[in-house]
Amino acid sequence: MAGYIIRRLLWLPVILGIVSFATFSIARFGPGDPVSIAAGQLRDPDVLERVRAERGLDGTVVEQYLRWLVGDLYPGGSGSGAIRGDFGESFIQQGFSVNELIRSKMAISAQLGFLTLVTVFSVGIPLGLLAARFNGTWIDPFVIASLLFLTSVPVLVIIPPALWLFASQLDILPVGGWGGEGLDGIFDIWWIGGVVAVPIPDPHIYLPLFVLSIGGFAGVARLVRITALEVLSEDYVRTAHAKGLKETTVAFRHVLPNALLPVITVIGFALVGILEGAFFTETLLGIPGIGRFAFQAVQSRDYDVILAITVILSTAFVLANLVVEIAYTWIDPRVRLGEAINA
Amino acid sequence: MTTTRTDVDYGGEATGTPAGAWTQLWQRLRRKKLAMIGLVIIVIIYTFGIGANWLAPYSFTEQDLLRGLEGPTSDHWLGTDRLGRDMLSRAIYSARTTVIITALVIVTGGLIIGPTLGLIAGYRGGRTDGVIGRVGDVFISLPGLPMLILINASLSPRVVEATKWLEANSFLSGLVENGVPSYFTVFGALSLFFWVGSMRIIRAQVLQIRERDFVTASVAMGATTSHIIYRHLLPNVSFLLILGASTALGSVAGSELLLTWFGVGVQPPVPSFGVMIFEAGSVRTFSAHPHLLIVPSMFVVALLYAFALFGDALNDAVRGR
Repeated sequence: MAGYIIRRLLWLPVILGIVSFATFSIARFGPGDPVSIAAGQLRDPDVLERVRAERGLDGTVVEQYLRWLVGDLYPGGSGSGAIRGDFGESFIQQGFSVNELIRSKMAISAQLGFLTLVTVFSVGIPLGLLAARFNGTWIDPFVIASLLFLTSVPVLVIIPPALWLFASQLDILPVGGWGGEGLDGIFDIWWIGGVVAVPIPDPHIYLPLFVLSIGGFAGVARLVRITALEVLSEDYVRTAHAKGLKETTVAFRHVLPNALLPVITVIGFALVGILEGAFFTETLLGIPGIGRFAFQAVQSRDYDVILAITVILSTAFVLANLVVEIAYTWIDPRVRLGEAINA
Repeated sequence: MTTTRTDVDYGGEATGTPAGAWTQLWQRLRRKKLAMIGLVIIVIIYTFGIGANWLAPYSFTEQDLLRGLEGPTSDHWLGTDRLGRDMLSRAIYSARTTVIITALVIVTGGLIIGPTLGLIAGYRGGRTDGVIGRVGDVFISLPGLPMLILINASLSPRVVEATKWLEANSFLSGLVENGVPSYFTVFGALSLFFWVGSMRIIRAQVLQIRERDFVTASVAMGATTSHIIYRHLLPNVSFLLILGASTALGSVAGSELLLTWFGVGVQPPVPSFGVMIFEAGSVRTFSAHPHLLIVPSMFVVALLYAFALFGDALNDAVRGR
């Protein structure tokens, strides 16, 4: 097991190297020379050349990439490079480092993503169990078909009517935006008598949470339903019934733990879905997170920001999948690493 | 290696394709009402798309500036947009865009590249398998959407330039005008990501089939590798091909919508659902002229839901339920 994890961890820098180099070359290949954009009206070739050299943007793509990757360790580079977590300076928002621009936005998206993940699983799992419990009746296909419908409504389609209904007509939710800095975005703290702190959800959170979660229920519920149905036909469940155990005991002690195992494997996938949804949800609802920022970066062709976001997201994605895979083996010893979900 | 559980559970044991199996599969499917409704919706929308030139009452650029933003009337069944263009015709031509993109991506990525590589990897094993598997790992590790956006944002101007050059230097004309470059970039970028899934499914299945006696017998009789792959292995994985393709269709259609909305997909004036939704997507527009959003949304949701229902039922049917 240790050997496998080490092999996977060794594989990680290779993947990230390929991803970042591909992203870097695509970004450099794209329209809009960053230096002439930064120069604005100034068109003196000598100056452009000097700025180019200062920014480490002269020479071949490979040289530029190495400067970006390791910073001043490579001749002509500056800063500590992406490998040590320095993504350089934004070419569009001059004077700001990419790190500075990204950090606070990352925090907001992470909070929203985490809450969405929790919502997706805490609604999806009971619904999947419900469908399995009523297998053979109309409830089972009804639950699954309804959830599939929710999955089929893109966030782009649902946000305008939802805003119109809740914010404009009923006037019960804010039109968009984000509550405040840090955790304030999620919870408002109400002080009772200046002593007792009561966290209540910030009204800004409901709409994005709703829009982002509804697409995820079906995936979780279907998986839970399938595994629950498989577990229900296992010998040990029949044995449990035969010994005269109560229905609830069988359900909670024998069926539930085993049916929930594979759910871990979809966390990785759910994260990707949430991430992709966040691009659009944040943009449409004006949440100052990483998705909206990426949208703006694409619109203004701020390649250094796009590059940083892509590399950070790839790292997070690959790591999350590795952790999930290891966790799965740890929980279910029957699964050998490397063969876990690969079918 | 990475977690690649799609919505489809492909089951552990070999899903063989014996003679007459297609008939059986169809009979199982026909009993599922929701699947049939889904299939009918898919067929209708694809017919719209394929026959757009004949079925659409107006052209997608034809403007009637005096009658912009009208609700449904007898002249324009689904109303008109800001420029007085017929919404029904624009939706039908948008369906054409969806049909072109999904068909291209599924045929190349899902039915040609992925399965071919999967067959080779599974049958050859060893180093070939390793290389193909690793390349697949790299693609599956990427956050798809940001990558697609980046690729399209930076490459599409180049593709347009290249197409213009092609037009100037050959007998072809009207390519840029008809949106060929943007079809090409969207299709290219999506195919990069949509072959891995079917490659893995086919590979896993081939690993089991190649151990069967009929393959061994064939090898003993001196059959060539290509004979074995195309005559013995391919027929045995054909169910999975269809299943993989049908589940990918929905996400290809969805991705195209998102890319176009982002402004890096199919470019106006070529109509697409992404553009229509983008133009209608503000709350103010929605409260004043709801039909601008409702018309494209109706088509998109119907299509995606139909794919989801059909894929779900097909998955059951392939596994004998």
